[in-house]
Amino acid sequence: SMPAAGGGRAGSGPLRQRGARRPQGAPPVSALASRAPAGWRAALGLVTLLSFASRFHRLPEPPHVCWDETHFGKMGSYYINRTFFFDVHPPLGKMLIGLAGYLSGYDGTFPFQKPGDRYEQHNYMGMRGFCAFLGSCLVPFAYLTVLELSKSLPAALLTAFILIFDTGCITLSQYILLDPILMFFLMGAVLSMVKCNSCADRPFSASWWLWLSLTGVNLAGAMGVKFVGLFVVLLVGLNTIYNLWDLLGNLSLSLVMFGKHFLARVLCLILLPLTLYVAMFAVHFAVLNKSGPGDGFFSSAFQSQLIGNNLHNVSIPEHLAYGSVVTMKNLRMAGGYLHSHWHLYPEGVGARQQQVTAYLHKDLNNLWIIKKHDSDTADLLDSSSPVEFVRHGDIIRLEHKETSRNLHSHQHEAPLTRKHFQVTGYGINGTGDSNDFWRIEVVGRRAGKLIKVLRSKIRLTHVATGCILGSSGKTLPKWGWEQVEVTCTPYVKETPNSLWNFEDHINPKLPNISLDVLKPSFVEILLESHMVMIRGNSGLKPKDNEVTSKPWHWPINYQGLRFSGVNETDYRVYLLGNPVVWWLNLFTIGLYLLIAISTAVVLKRGVQLTSEHKGELSRVVLRGGGQVALGWLLHYLPFFMMGRVLYFHHYFPAMLFSSMLTGKYWMLGEGEAETRTENCAVLDGHFNSSHSFYLFHPLSYGMIGPMASDPSSPMAGLRWMDSWEF
Amino acid sequence: VGSKKQGRPGQTFDRMLGFLKKPVVVTAEINLSLVALTVVGLMSRLWGLSYPRAVVFDEVYYGQFVSLYMKRIFFVDDSGPPLGHMLLALGGYLGGFDGNFLWNRIGAEYSTNVPVCSLRFLPALAGALCIPLAYQILVELRFSHCAALGAALLILLENSLITQSRFMLLESILIFFILLAVLSYLKFYNLQRHRVKYMGLFTYMLLLVIAGLHFWHMLGDQNLSNVSLVCHFLARGLTLLIIPVATYLSFFYVHLTLLYRSGPHDQIMTSAFQASLEGGLARITQGQPLEVAYGSQITLRNVLGKPMQCWLHSHTNTYPIRYENGRGSSHQQQVTCYPFKDVNNWWIVKDPGMQQLVVSNPPRPVRHGHIVQLVHGITTRYLNTHDVAAPLSPHSQEVSCYIDYNISMPAQNLWRVEIVNRESDTDVWKTILSEVRFVHVNTSAVLKLSGASLPEWGYRQLEVVGEKLSKGYHQSMVWNVEEHRYGKSQEQKEREVELHSPTRMDISKNLSFMAKFTELQWKILTLKNEDTEHKYSSSALDWITMDTNIAYWLHPTSGAQIHLLGNVCTWASANVAAVVYTCLSLWYLIRRRRKIYDIPEDAWQLWVSAGQICVGGWVVNYLPFFLMEKTLFLYHYLPALTFQILLIPIVLQHLSDHLCRSLLSKSMFSALTVAWFSSVCFAYRTFSPVTYGEPLSVAELKDLRWKDSWNILIRKQGH
Repeated sequence: SMPAAGGGRAGSGPLRQRGARRPQGAPPVSALASRAPAGWRAALGLVTLLSFASRFHRLPEPPHVCWDETHFGKMGSYYINRTFFFDVHPPLGKMLIGLAGYLSGYDGTFPFQKPGDRYEQHNYMGMRGFCAFLGSCLVPFAYLTVLELSKSLPAALLTAFILIFDTGCITLSQYILLDPILMFFLMGAVLSMVKCNSCADRPFSASWWLWLSLTGVNLAGAMGVKFVGLFVVLLVGLNTIYNLWDLLGNLSLSLVMFGKHFLARVLCLILLPLTLYVAMFAVHFAVLNKSGPGDGFFSSAFQSQLIGNNLHNVSIPEHLAYGSVVTMKNLRMAGGYLHSHWHLYPEGVGARQQQVTAYLHKDLNNLWIIKKHDSDTADLLDSSSPVEFVRHGDIIRLEHKETSRNLHSHQHEAPLTRKHFQVTGYGINGTGDSNDFWRIEVVGRRAGKLIKVLRSKIRLTHVATGCILGSSGKTLPKWGWEQVEVTCTPYVKETPNSLWNFEDHINPKLPNISLDVLKPSFVEILLESHMVMIRGNSGLKPKDNEVTSKPWHWPINYQGLRFSGVNETDYRVYLLGNPVVWWLNLFTIGLYLLIAISTAVVLKRGVQLTSEHKGELSRVVLRGGGQVALGWLLHYLPFFMMGRVLYFHHYFPAMLFSSMLTGKYWMLGEGEAETRTENCAVLDGHFNSSHSFYLFHPLSYGMIGPMASDPSSPMAGLRWMDSWEF
Repeated sequence: VGSKKQGRPGQTFDRMLGFLKKPVVVTAEINLSLVALTVVGLMSRLWGLSYPRAVVFDEVYYGQFVSLYMKRIFFVDDSGPPLGHMLLALGGYLGGFDGNFLWNRIGAEYSTNVPVCSLRFLPALAGALCIPLAYQILVELRFSHCAALGAALLILLENSLITQSRFMLLESILIFFILLAVLSYLKFYNLQRHRVKYMGLFTYMLLLVIAGLHFWHMLGDQNLSNVSLVCHFLARGLTLLIIPVATYLSFFYVHLTLLYRSGPHDQIMTSAFQASLEGGLARITQGQPLEVAYGSQITLRNVLGKPMQCWLHSHTNTYPIRYENGRGSSHQQQVTCYPFKDVNNWWIVKDPGMQQLVVSNPPRPVRHGHIVQLVHGITTRYLNTHDVAAPLSPHSQEVSCYIDYNISMPAQNLWRVEIVNRESDTDVWKTILSEVRFVHVNTSAVLKLSGASLPEWGYRQLEVVGEKLSKGYHQSMVWNVEEHRYGKSQEQKEREVELHSPTRMDISKNLSFMAKFTELQWKILTLKNEDTEHKYSSSALDWITMDTNIAYWLHPTSGAQIHLLGNVCTWASANVAAVVYTCLSLWYLIRRRRKIYDIPEDAWQLWVSAGQICVGGWVVNYLPFFLMEKTLFLYHYLPALTFQILLIPIVLQHLSDHLCRSLLSKSMFSALTVAWFSSVCFAYRTFSPVTYGEPLSVAELKDLRWKDSWNILIRKQGH
């Protein structure tokens, strides 16, 4: 199997490295390093087996949609059906899920509507099995990483067992989610980076190239699943800078050689991942070629690419003319079409006139007629009259086709954005007043030029008040059908909020032209989709009164996540870390910081240590431990600065690092005098984590029956914290 | 002194060059030039301070707080701790301001009782003193007096700093204290960290880091004993941590002592805090019984206070049988949260086992864990919740006042009182002080304010629900008793009269300073301003290139106007200096790594330490704005800019000392420097009319519009 193959390579690394280092004598060979981690292959086999067994145990249960499976399963189906959708994460994870489903015979017909829907005859095991497979690989990866960093078999075993027996990691690996995929690539990148570091004495050898490029591949994978992959990119980047700095200081290395080192890293860690990343987007857009639920989030030009979209392969009149029937799309991402309907603003919200909103879906109520400010619709529809084009700087009126009211604004405050003016539909049968006049302008154009459908960016200025028509992006309450607010902003600023383009354009008097000219280039599509994703991500703001998970909750295992079931009769799965493991991790982090600081101070103070000790301390505590601790920090601290909604499962990448730190740290003193007590402590650690796993395993593998607050429940007495809800 | 005036840059510079050549003369003349700089600085900042005699830009904002200080009325401002406001108020106090001015419009003429000059004096003084501070900092960084003089002159001729100093605004005070702190640290006396705005915090962090670095180097010094190291560490801890914290607390102490009257921001504070202010809630709550007992009549305020403060409320109207979306309700009496005081906010605490609604003698207090019923005072219906979806939050339970329709929907009106901030499990439920959760006995739902406001049928009052999935602690689920009295009337008619009468009884309460401080600090940090749009707001990226300006004031008839607009030349050079510094540092660093030393070791140390302060100061005062979500203005950049300006002479001196090796290139470089400095002076002259508000013709104004993105107000003519 794959991990075993990786392990085989890993084995030759440390042995050969030691052989190579001794003659140089660069770092003193310690007692620890000289002892060959005998039996590491057998141990690897054991942990891999246990890992797979624990992750695949009761995998089909529960046979219904759990938690976010409703999103990612659905998106997998979209790939199988090739319909276009929008998501805030990059596509790789969902493509792989789709691929796994496709290969295992899932036909993409299950709707994944809401958590709790039963799968019935649909084949969902392929997708879950794929995620569980990647989730199982985390354990051997962590094992090999720690083995490489500390050269200690017990340390690697402790790390592996901590992860095997962590209920949280098991739960997160058993469902159709992005997290196992993300963590697979993340740990893959860390492992390859560590392997590559230990090949540092044989630069440009085959294994060196292999590990370096594997690091790059895994980075691309991690970035391609979720943007959180950026943190591991940062970790690898810092490590690379450190290595290069080291090489630069080595005066025996010529500048040419240094240049080679530098270029090799640019190639493997920047160009290779970038190419892969772009390639996966190319695949994404090639696969999703049918119109679907994500169309409205993208610009008109983009939509013309999708089969089934009303802009696909259409031909419409090129220049805007009076009498045309049009739809107008706001240029902000996910901006919506200018919309109105037979409903008035409620009492107390501005003037009691007809609502004007922005609406994301295509609808007859999005149609508007362009009129001159001084003549009526009837004249325009007369087939004998000549066509008159709208020009930049003209003063026009817009009549809502369904209700025959004019787009109107006045100095009443807008419903939500109080500093803006209200926009309404006003008048009867197209007759209104002078507040219906708008000046139409194209951004960056001179007066008198024609206006192009789809391509011109339009600004509508209200003549009477000087304000600009825009969409604030805020959602109206129930009375506005939860559509988006449209206002007239008095702040004359160039933002996409106040820019529009014409999308549909119907005018029987004009010749139609094909819209292939619109076709955006791949680079444009790539940029646009990233803009939309970033906006989407920052748009995930917690609502005012919502109780959300806070980053400080996570390391203390304060609160879990309900994956399935609420009531006593439901099949319940609860994502919660194994408390013994997590609290041990937390304790270790504190202890590590203490030791690292004191070691650093001691070394700085120049305390007389044997050079052996000194090398050992600085190598294990500061270098190797530092890498892992840095990984933990990079995957945890940024969440404190994020404004978006956070969930407990965001902590799991950081948790992998803290588990590795625990494994490494507790084996630190191993090899010196107190071997027996150490071994006892380790055995104790293993026993504790497995025992608590035994206690808490129903959280992952599912439970039915009374809640833990009920004394008759088998979990009674295990609710050690009031905030746990199982 | 006269020769130092900005009008004659060439002469000034000649003299500077003279210092360079004859070091002995320098020492004699330094003090003089420092004095001269200070005097010129004072003139540039204080000249015609009371013009314009009208509200200029953010004076409209700070002015209200000065007035509130004068009247001793409590307020909360989220822009920062109170020192800045207090200093402004001190100006008003010294000028004999009585606080009577309506701060409502920029450009409004000041009435005669407003001492404009003294209100603006302190910021202007602080702004002027920045000039000698800049000089001193460069001297302390061990740069030449010539460079120090250059730094001071650049600060002196920076239009944006002048504009910002000349009005009742906080930035100049902030910059003054930041520079003072840097200087103090450099001089290694004790550090007086004052905080005017929270931006000061970033510089403070920088100093902590630098102090940490210095200490780290000291650790490596094997000559120092462990004991002396510990002493060093403690001394630094004391000066850098304890003194600032103590000072900070003392500002709040003064602030809270000064402001003891209730005012416009009362409602965002807790009931306990409000009760400690004179007037307002204290007038009502003074003399209430402390312990809630069975039979007590109470009003319950939600602790969250968002979207607005409100009290648990009910009225005779019922929930509509069907909502607009087709879901059904129990059709029982509505329970809401109502943002105004009302007789319908009164509830009676009833013992489920007894019928009486009055307080027995002696009163039986309610304790943590007791089970009670809550009876609505006016309608005598019981607070109830059941497994019916709430009107706007369908995942939660509806809360109602129970009406027996004789259908199979029994009353479920028992609630367990849980005191959140209890000290022991037998605590008594106390008025104002206790924060209480009501847990429904049958369903374990918790009484919660959902924050949504009900449609027409609920009179747009706020929705109250029973939250089944109560995840931990959230303020929306916590309530406290605000008004309270012991009920005396058993009859409903009498009780209604009693409910309508004002509360009155005895005991008063006080809050400790630390409790008040914690609450106020927390509110300042969490308070959010809603509208984030302003005509002159800008993004942090615009600042570097000064693509934006702020119109501060416009004369109602003449074209005179005041803008926050920097010295174009200085801003550009500051950017260039930062880029040059970064590139040169990288170059040196890489070369040093290859053991090639381009400059002597002490020059390198000088270069690094200057960079730590100047580039570090720029970074910590600028980059955090990219993470902030508040409305940003150009003036937020001024502290960062000050540090960047200090970098210019540093880079110039370095270039001339180490890169110009021949005599010819040195003199070429000096000539270029002189030319550059004259252009700085020219830019200052050009923009000084909009700095000081001198009248300008339309053509002159048009000429000033060097960038299209600048918003210079030009009146249309002939209309």
